[in-house]
Amino acid sequence: ADVISTVEFNQTGDLLATGDKGGRVVIFQRETEVVDSGEYNVYSTFQSHEPDFDYLKSLEIEEKINKIRWLPQQNAAHFLLSTNDKTIKLWKVSERDKRPEGYNLKDEEGRLKDVSTITSLQVPVLKPTDLMVEVRPRRVFSNGHTYHVNSISVNSDGETYLSADDLRINMWHLGITDRSFNIVDIKPANMEDLTEVITAAEFHPHHCHLFVYSSSKGTLRLCDMRASALCDKHTKLFEEPEDPGSRSFFSEIISSVSDVKFSHSGRYLLTRDYLTAKVWDLHMDKGPVETYQVHEYLRSKLCSLYENDCIFDKFECVWNSSDSVIMTGAYNSFFRMFDRETGRGVTLEAWRESSKPRAVLRTRRVYTGGKRRRGDVGVDSLDFTKKILHMAWHPSENIIAIAATNNLYIFQDRVNPEAQAQQ
Amino acid sequence: MFPKGTKRKFSDSGEEAGSNGDQGQAASTSVAAPRTLTSSYSLQRQSLLDMSLIKLQLCHMLVEPNLCRSVLIANTVRQIQEEMTQDGTWQIMTQALAAAQCPSDRLVATEVLCRQTDPATAAQAGQSPKPFSVVGLEEGYHSEEVVMEGEVETEVTMSTLSPVSQQMPSASYLAGPFGMGPCWEEEDEDGDGEDEDDDEEDSEECVSEGEEGDRDHLRADSRTGEQVFGTFEIKHPVPPADPALEELFSDVDPSYYDLDTVLTGMQSSPKMGPYDLLESLSSHGPTTLSSSSTCRSDLNELDHIMEIIVGS
Repeated sequence: ADVISTVEFNQTGDLLATGDKGGRVVIFQRETEVVDSGEYNVYSTFQSHEPDFDYLKSLEIEEKINKIRWLPQQNAAHFLLSTNDKTIKLWKVSERDKRPEGYNLKDEEGRLKDVSTITSLQVPVLKPTDLMVEVRPRRVFSNGHTYHVNSISVNSDGETYLSADDLRINMWHLGITDRSFNIVDIKPANMEDLTEVITAAEFHPHHCHLFVYSSSKGTLRLCDMRASALCDKHTKLFEEPEDPGSRSFFSEIISSVSDVKFSHSGRYLLTRDYLTAKVWDLHMDKGPVETYQVHEYLRSKLCSLYENDCIFDKFECVWNSSDSVIMTGAYNSFFRMFDRETGRGVTLEAWRESSKPRAVLRTRRVYTGGKRRRGDVGVDSLDFTKKILHMAWHPSENIIAIAATNNLYIFQDRVNPEAQAQQ
Repeated sequence: MFPKGTKRKFSDSGEEAGSNGDQGQAASTSVAAPRTLTSSYSLQRQSLLDMSLIKLQLCHMLVEPNLCRSVLIANTVRQIQEEMTQDGTWQIMTQALAAAQCPSDRLVATEVLCRQTDPATAAQAGQSPKPFSVVGLEEGYHSEEVVMEGEVETEVTMSTLSPVSQQMPSASYLAGPFGMGPCWEEEDEDGDGEDEDDDEEDSEECVSEGEEGDRDHLRADSRTGEQVFGTFEIKHPVPPADPALEELFSDVDPSYYDLDTVLTGMQSSPKMGPYDLLESLSSHGPTTLSSSSTCRSDLNELDHIMEIIVGS
């Protein structure tokens, strides 16, 4: 099993796709026989991207799947977009449970029959067979990006999608692979002047002309494609003024936004930077409306985290279906959920040893002072190699998928406040 | 000694005194407060600068380095450098670097340039270890001098990078990370023309990295500075007074240290020996070669032209 690099539910939540560092995509399907089951079984596995080599630059192109996004379902087949650093592919996932039998010219195994043995004609009929899941590449969108693609987002119009790399955002039509529109370009004329890159981008869930992109300087830019063809000038700039009292050499690095997600309602934005998760109101650009401390105890360790590169880890963040809870990952296999109404946060762990299938997850705590409880983990004993970077929340139910290195955890809330664990 | 003004706030309250020059904890500064340089703070800042420069350098991988990470590190370096400039630390350091340079270096450089032998050993033998000695500024301050002082092109570049001095020594100090190698990303498809000198000089740096093992004994400060600045050793300083060398480098494009030029096809070329690069430099013909966007094609052309010139 390889390191999982992206997790995504489809629009109904029946399918869950994961992409890994080896370029493979594994699709899980929710079990339908047992009602209300939170179990997912492997539905299909396929190799999406292969390692490539850029001969011009003498560089390898990683096959790691950076993002997967499902298209809204329009017929019996499912479509998803998967991307590595350079190339986006559209895959068609379809089922086949019938096969034609009774060919005239071929026998059962497909071998050509000797024509002289054919005495009569028959009409082939479709007979039911075992379920087969076929995955075929339908489009390959290549040569659109010079830099590394970090985000893809399907538009609500159902026809277009955007792909964002470090310096540019392109808009594609799902049916056209040899052309894309460049809608954002922040590459400076002189690369020496480069101080800011694009870190994530997403289309608005309802308005097909709006999209947002985040930067390494902690800003969010909302762009309206009706304003101009090239959306270099933002429609709205969301930025929190810096607190001069807490300024350090690492201020900029920890302000870099690693993920941005529209709420399902389209009214709010959720962003994640190194130490916090923030909720922004689209109507207010002066600052976030809510700020949640994910692991504030790391603030004093920033130098060490800079040294071992952990400070550059990109954590994702997700909304629940009703936009009342937000979730994001941390270290030591911990992930955090925050209830927006109460403002309270809870720490949970995705670790095999401490959760058996169907067991109730217990909350964890990082000891930061005061009375130490049993089970508390000290800051210095956190395992920084166990990072929860990628996760997904079911679109309508309280089922979450957490990627912990090369394991996938699926948790379901069975009406009770505590979640139950399943691997 | 420094007056006991407002002390800087350390983000880790318990570790203030515990900084020992190693990668200590981060120091947060109160921007509004008057700047008083505590030695531990400047030590931490220096170690942070070293760390950042190393991070920028370790980009000679097979896979393209992360641009976001590189940009963030570079911004950190810039920030430190600006602060050091404001503190006056920068001036002190650059003056020390200038003072460290001695005439014998110049002679050695010329000799090495003209000789068709391994510049590594020549540099080792000829150059005094002085540029790599620890310069004691405040207590514990250590600087890794860069041999490449005086190079014309670095000066020009530094004027864009730093708001302050155009002194060559200061230029050379920071020219490193950006002139180093493919620390950003490689191809600029807009085709910012890059002269092939950029390739050869950059390749030179790439090459010298592989030889840094030889340099160990020259280091007075045997820490991370070796890796960071060992690569500069092969760069031969161009003393402005020497007309011969000036002419040699007159064709060198000052945009050499552009990130753009660094980006364009700037691949690590450990396979190319310093011998080839030196030949290219002394061939007086860097500008005659057509600008191309890859190091590799340039190398082939270099070899080709060298064969013609040398006639071997």
